[in-house]
Amino acid sequence: MKTLLLTSAVALAASGAVADEIRVLNWQGYGTDLDWAVDAFAEATGHTVVHEYFNSEQEMLTKLRTNPGAYDVVMINAAFTPQAISEELISPIDTATLENFAGIPASFAEDPKLNADGQTYGVPWTWGLTSFAINTEAWDDTPTSILALWDEAHAGRVSIRDDAVEAMQLGALATGQDINDIRDLDAAAAKIAELLPNLRTFWSSENDWNQFMAAGELDAATYWSGSASRSAALGLPVQFVIPEEGAVGWLDGLSIPATSEHKDAALQFIDHMIDPDFYVKWDAEGAPASANAEAADALPDDAFNKAVLGDPEVAARVHFQAPIDDETREKYLEVWQGLKASQ
Amino acid sequence: MAEITAPEDRRRLVTLLSPAYLWLTLAVFLPLSAMLFFSFLTDLPQDAPDWGFTLENYLSFGESEVYATLLWKSLKLGVTVTFFCILIGYPCALVLARTIKGRARETLFLLVILPFWSNSLVRIFSWAIVLRGNGVLERGLEAVLPWDIRLNLMFTTHAVVIGLVHSYLPYVILTSYLALQAIDDDIVDAARSMGASTLTILRRLLLPLSLPGLLAGAVLVFVPVVGSFMEPRILGGRHGTYYGTVIEDQFVAVYNWPLGAALSFVLLAVVLLILGLSTPILRRART
Repeated sequence: MKTLLLTSAVALAASGAVADEIRVLNWQGYGTDLDWAVDAFAEATGHTVVHEYFNSEQEMLTKLRTNPGAYDVVMINAAFTPQAISEELISPIDTATLENFAGIPASFAEDPKLNADGQTYGVPWTWGLTSFAINTEAWDDTPTSILALWDEAHAGRVSIRDDAVEAMQLGALATGQDINDIRDLDAAAAKIAELLPNLRTFWSSENDWNQFMAAGELDAATYWSGSASRSAALGLPVQFVIPEEGAVGWLDGLSIPATSEHKDAALQFIDHMIDPDFYVKWDAEGAPASANAEAADALPDDAFNKAVLGDPEVAARVHFQAPIDDETREKYLEVWQGLKASQ
Repeated sequence: MAEITAPEDRRRLVTLLSPAYLWLTLAVFLPLSAMLFFSFLTDLPQDAPDWGFTLENYLSFGESEVYATLLWKSLKLGVTVTFFCILIGYPCALVLARTIKGRARETLFLLVILPFWSNSLVRIFSWAIVLRGNGVLERGLEAVLPWDIRLNLMFTTHAVVIGLVHSYLPYVILTSYLALQAIDDDIVDAARSMGASTLTILRRLLLPLSLPGLLAGAVLVFVPVVGSFMEPRILGGRHGTYYGTVIEDQFVAVYNWPLGAALSFVLLAVVLLILGLSTPILRRART
């Protein structure tokens, strides 16, 4: 009996050392929590994955600040990574240990937002565009201008996300301004004020967006490219539009919280996430563009992420989002709250 | 209290009351004091080592018109919702307490408090399903009425009011019911024997005697509705920005706890002020 107990205790201890449970913080339904991917990871490494979700980048930062040790991998929009670095919320990553890191082109890998003091804090994972998507049944021709959202023919059937930065950048694009340096904020705000009466509601999550589209409540709504391909894969009549005014580009990276207690397992998980094999399968279900060039090359030629986002003419219209300092962010929020309050 | 002088009585009083006061201290007083403390800070101590004290958070309420506009909008919402809760709830309580007897009363009473057994978020999402375009309500009406129905209720202020009235109606019914039930039947019989009409009995007897219950219900509705944020957000769409949603944004979206706490205390002060000012008026109305 004693030996039996002892051996089971030893076995437990041994398996505990090898198999960790890692906790991942991400948007819900955003790649890392795909059942088959988590299962494949568990099979390959023995580590199990538990997810926790956030609904805004600020909530994600709040969770990192207030729950030390609770997370091992966190998905951070690169525009927020410098803030996470400066608050010492995430730790440097030894990219040499990541087998698939070599496939990531220097333009992403050396992005100054993800690197500080010669150390990498975020592994470029996916990128995509914030623009808008239409319900193809509600439009005769696919619109080419962002001003389609202002179209009176679709009044009351348009939605944007309840997000101050996205709203101001939308106003900037519509008034022909630089999204990273909005000189005439009043003009952008005035343009958004014109848009608000056209809105049905604000959407806050991808699930929200899909439900509104499925219920036929919306004709057009701002959206993210990866989410659009996911919604289309669900069978919704959705088409993503990259208008002539351009679209906001974003880069998402995977980081390891400074307080993580399973850093090795976390590294393995990140490596698994940038693996081309994983990405090709994910893309079939609807995924944003991969930051790993080898993964993008492995896609079939007609895939949106290869055919459209790989098109140099489209790439020229992408304005990548730079980090936003607190002062600007608060200014945007103030303007946005003022606009909403006057409804 | 003055009668209690014997030491054993006092000891018993302390023992009996201490759990309640301990609970109040832990669950109400301490969190509220923490929030009050936060509202005077520049940054949260756990985030910024160089935090300090400031009045800036309270001053920003006055600096920007947005907060005052939204507070006014929320107060109007509170008054509207309270009005409809009383309009629907008081007659319900009246019928329940004075007309229906026996088994039926128990069943109806159970039905009134039944919504309380489900989560409020579930109730609000149910309303979203009912109210939305081509939803349960529109389809139901279309099945009955021959012409095309377009209610367009979802994402309007009406939807917010409907959702909130449904959520808070049981408070008014419960408090009014208890007050109405306590009225002695003999008083009503006496009034009737002296020739008072039903309307006179209601106006001169039932209403004044049940007023404390009705007012308690009204306060129970008004206070949470003014600070509500979940219902406006889900049902209100672009019209759903209220004082409560702005406070929620400060805590959840922009992580400005000090400002969020300060805005909450401004709300608390305004609500207390309203209740304080209305007490003498209502007391005079009762006598």
